[in-house]
Amino acid sequence: MNAVIAAPRRHYLNVNYGLKSWLLTTDHKRIAWLYLIGVTFFFFIGGFFATLIRLELLTPQGDLVQAETYNKLFTMHGVTMIFFFLIPSIPAVLGNFLIPIMIGARDLAFPRLNLASWYIYMLGGLFTLAAAAAGGVDTGWTFYTPYSSIYSNTHVALTVVGIFVTGFSSILTGLNFIVTVHTMRAPGMTWFRLPLFVWAHYATSIIFILGTPVIAITLTLVALERLFHLGIFNPELGGDPLLFQHLFWFYSHPAVYIMILPGMGVISELIACFSRKRVFGYSFVAFSSLGIAVLSFLVWGHHMFVSGQSVYASMIFSLLSMLVAIPSAIKVFNWTATLYKGSISFDAPMLYSLGFIGLFTIGGLTGVFLASLGVDVHVHDTYFVIAHFHYIMVGSAVMAYLGGIHFWWPKMTGRKYPEPLARLAAIIIFLGFNLTFFPQFVLGYLGMPRRYHVYPPEFQVLNVMSSAGASILAVGYLLPLIYLIWSLRYGAVAGMNPWKAKGLEWEIPSPPPTDNFETTPLVTQEAYAYGVADAQAVYPSGEPANV
Amino acid sequence: MPTLGFPLFPDQASTMAGRVDQLYFFLLGLSVFFAGLICILIIVFAVKYRRRSDDEQPQPIPGNLGLEIFWTLVPLGLTLVVFVWGARLFFVTYYPPNDALEINVVAKQWMWKAQHPEGHSEINELHIPSGKPVKLVMTSQDVIHDFFVPAFRVKKDVLPGRYTTLWFEASKPGSYHLFCSQYCGTQHSGMVGRIVVMEPTAFQAWLSGGAAGGSMASAGEKLFRSLGCVSCHLPNDAGRAPSLVGLLGKTVALQGGRSIVADENYVRESILEPNAKVVAGYQPIMPTFKGLVSEEGVMQILAYVKSLKREEGAQVKK
Repeated sequence: MNAVIAAPRRHYLNVNYGLKSWLLTTDHKRIAWLYLIGVTFFFFIGGFFATLIRLELLTPQGDLVQAETYNKLFTMHGVTMIFFFLIPSIPAVLGNFLIPIMIGARDLAFPRLNLASWYIYMLGGLFTLAAAAAGGVDTGWTFYTPYSSIYSNTHVALTVVGIFVTGFSSILTGLNFIVTVHTMRAPGMTWFRLPLFVWAHYATSIIFILGTPVIAITLTLVALERLFHLGIFNPELGGDPLLFQHLFWFYSHPAVYIMILPGMGVISELIACFSRKRVFGYSFVAFSSLGIAVLSFLVWGHHMFVSGQSVYASMIFSLLSMLVAIPSAIKVFNWTATLYKGSISFDAPMLYSLGFIGLFTIGGLTGVFLASLGVDVHVHDTYFVIAHFHYIMVGSAVMAYLGGIHFWWPKMTGRKYPEPLARLAAIIIFLGFNLTFFPQFVLGYLGMPRRYHVYPPEFQVLNVMSSAGASILAVGYLLPLIYLIWSLRYGAVAGMNPWKAKGLEWEIPSPPPTDNFETTPLVTQEAYAYGVADAQAVYPSGEPANV
Repeated sequence: MPTLGFPLFPDQASTMAGRVDQLYFFLLGLSVFFAGLICILIIVFAVKYRRRSDDEQPQPIPGNLGLEIFWTLVPLGLTLVVFVWGARLFFVTYYPPNDALEINVVAKQWMWKAQHPEGHSEINELHIPSGKPVKLVMTSQDVIHDFFVPAFRVKKDVLPGRYTTLWFEASKPGSYHLFCSQYCGTQHSGMVGRIVVMEPTAFQAWLSGGAAGGSMASAGEKLFRSLGCVSCHLPNDAGRAPSLVGLLGKTVALQGGRSIVADENYVRESILEPNAKVVAGYQPIMPTFKGLVSEEGVMQILAYVKSLKREEGAQVKK
């Protein structure tokens, strides 16, 4: 043993060095890092655009930037955050790192395809950034026709090529996850022993595969109409402008659930660990993920209640949209019930989780306002909608992402982050977020339309509150960037299982060895065996060497 | 409403506003109840069951089917109530009353143009009487816009290539924001205007003042002559084209055995795309008037065709 301690243990981070060993890696854990760098980069780019937007909106006049620049800013903010940060964030970073380990596998089913997905993602992202550098695009991330296909004078085609390319990365990742979960579960890892994180990613992958081709086709049609004047959406050429909205939202509504479902998976893990309880109503939480995935494809028309679509179509879409509230409510109630008679600690990941539940509840309930036809007519395309989807996509999805990053940071790096600073950041983010986006609900009901560069002066106070909140939020987001990087070198050594959590990933060393498990684990317990006598499931032969 | 020096709640200036607000407050109450419930439960649990020692290991609780069913059915019931309530409001906003005052709106980057039946046109302003339903027939010359009056709680997209309609009944004289709420390009946020709601008598005075160049229908009649429509569309069915008298609202038999109810969109399409729907028994000989007549012109012709309905049997040639 002495000799082993003298030589540092081999793990996936130190097994080899050099740029090539990273850029040509097929290790899912290293690819997760590549994605982490990619999404962090795009997050701060998108955040930069948001900062300029909030600065401009401090005053009712358009005094910081010109109208055209403002329009490009909110477009690039949306495009970057949605396609290059939110969609890949949890699945491609945490999912990539954890799914094989959680199911007891050595890697994903197609490791090289996994690496290819990252390259495709980066290629698409850089294409879109090139479009931004070349002058940007001003259509809004929704690319509504015929504005995008005919009237805009900006780099629409280049941007949609970037999104088109990146879409394939999502499709391949989804495919990889589905095949992996079906074929590579360790002996004894039955479907109902899977962590809810895996269930959530399974549901997400289905949406990736079914939805992403539709947006790829839709954006291709926009580019074709723009470049070759094929009459698809432009009524002057015999096209139908509403057709675009149907096709776009057929993907883009499910895409919203792509952004939130993996977050729900993260929260299930975190709540269980920090209350030391199995998730209440496991199978209800698991099937509600699938329920959300299925419903996600049936509700796109709720983006079109005032578009002139048929009144009966609107009724059906309203009814189906209401149903989304049910699986969402099931999750919230079950998470809350998990806390009951638990042993609750307030480490930073738990603070993010509790914040998530509160913000997701508000985001979800305001979704019911929007699904309700009578109220939606008034608040559609106002700041009410902006506030609602930021509560879901930032308040919920980003909180879950950060909670997850903190929770699995010791596993990924072998180091602990500074806990007090992390708690502080979580609280700052929660407060800053609410100050930024809550006033926007009020603005929206007052009638302030979205995408307005100048606005009537009576809306100023609420806008100033929102901008003030955004500056607090920015501090909250910068803090983890700094201390997490710091902890890579200076953080305390974490050990195998610093949280005393359950799950296969906590039964292997931190950082894990390249092959994850020395021998194929035999699973004898469910994922959340808290309060159950420890059975050494992973290494029937005893402790692994070199821990 | 509480005042803090800035508004927190929009004006209620239409018959719809109060009804939408009722549902809004119901939803708000529901939200406060559920968000509050979750918050309180989290705080109570977090305090009561906080970890007291690091070795603590609570007893596992497997779950509870009764609870799951309970919190599935309660949200289901409540959302169905909200659905029915919202859908009923939507139905009201969808179908304008028959006696509504009809005003035409043409949107373009980046302005609103309105034409009253009496011939007045306005830009980025719309004068309407209070206490009378107003129906807007709207189209766009370029991209999609959206006609949004927060104080009335109504909005509707304005599309190129077709008509959409919106109706409301203003209840309170005053001046209210008109916003374009569908992003439409560079000056989107400049595509704003005001809705001036006047007492009916003041509105009549406003209508009779100003130099209107004749009613919309008479302008439409001029176009009808100058474009040569009149040579085929005779008042009886004797011409090479069907008579237009009493057309609006009538069921028209088309070639190929289909039939449709003639509405504004049908008339517009027949002027710009005459071969799209040809009336049974007639030859597709009408040329397109696309590019020869503006959207306003089409609306004037439409007003003229509608006027033929009222004076049934009137001569087209006077």
